[in-house]
Amino acid sequence: MNISISIQTDDFSHSDEYQNLCNDAPRIGAIVTFCGLVREFDDSNGEGLFLEHFAGMTEKTLENICQQAFERWPIISTRIVHRIGTMGLGEQIVFVGINSAHRKAAFHACEFIMDFLKTDAPFWKKALTKDTEYWVEAKSSDEAASKAWKK
Amino acid sequence: MLQLRFFASLRDQLNCDSESLDWSDNFNTASDVRATLIERGTPWDSLAKPTVLIAINQEMGNDDTAIKNGDEIAFFPPVTGG
Repeated sequence: MNISISIQTDDFSHSDEYQNLCNDAPRIGAIVTFCGLVREFDDSNGEGLFLEHFAGMTEKTLENICQQAFERWPIISTRIVHRIGTMGLGEQIVFVGINSAHRKAAFHACEFIMDFLKTDAPFWKKALTKDTEYWVEAKSSDEAASKAWKK
Repeated sequence: MLQLRFFASLRDQLNCDSESLDWSDNFNTASDVRATLIERGTPWDSLAKPTVLIAINQEMGNDDTAIKNGDEIAFFPPVTGG
């Protein structure tokens, strides 16, 4: 069980993260990665996001989510990078990468980790616009996505 | 003594990110601490919102989670990462 988690203000290199997941070759036959970006919002008034987190609890929560993924699927390594602080439109926020012998386990585990990261990990987004800033409300669709795994 | 922490929009409403609260033998569960804070009136009544989440010693809990002297109790709004 290889779990790696980084919470950082700096941007990350998708190709470096991908390359690290390749290091488990040749016992792996599949790598699935997800990358989340800051999307335009607020009728193009949006300028970026500020991300706050609960240091300590964030890492523990993400580790626990990865452990649950290992219990459910035969995966080899999980890697999570989540940025905090201020990010502009189009910047990378989050990376989740999984490798495994076969593709299905990696696809499922990647989606599972993202779904629970969205509802359980203590991060909060503040939207920064040209005129103001406001805390982003949680989405019920995110809650529904993680609940669906519990059925 | 309990260590209380508040995050994000809730912290902004309370204008407080942390405080130490004297232990009381009347404290059994997280809901007792929540009720004590709500009794302070505005803006602490923000904690009455049913969407407020509670973590005890950095693990998700709820109103019914048992607490003990020395615990860290965090209150925060629903999370919005990713």
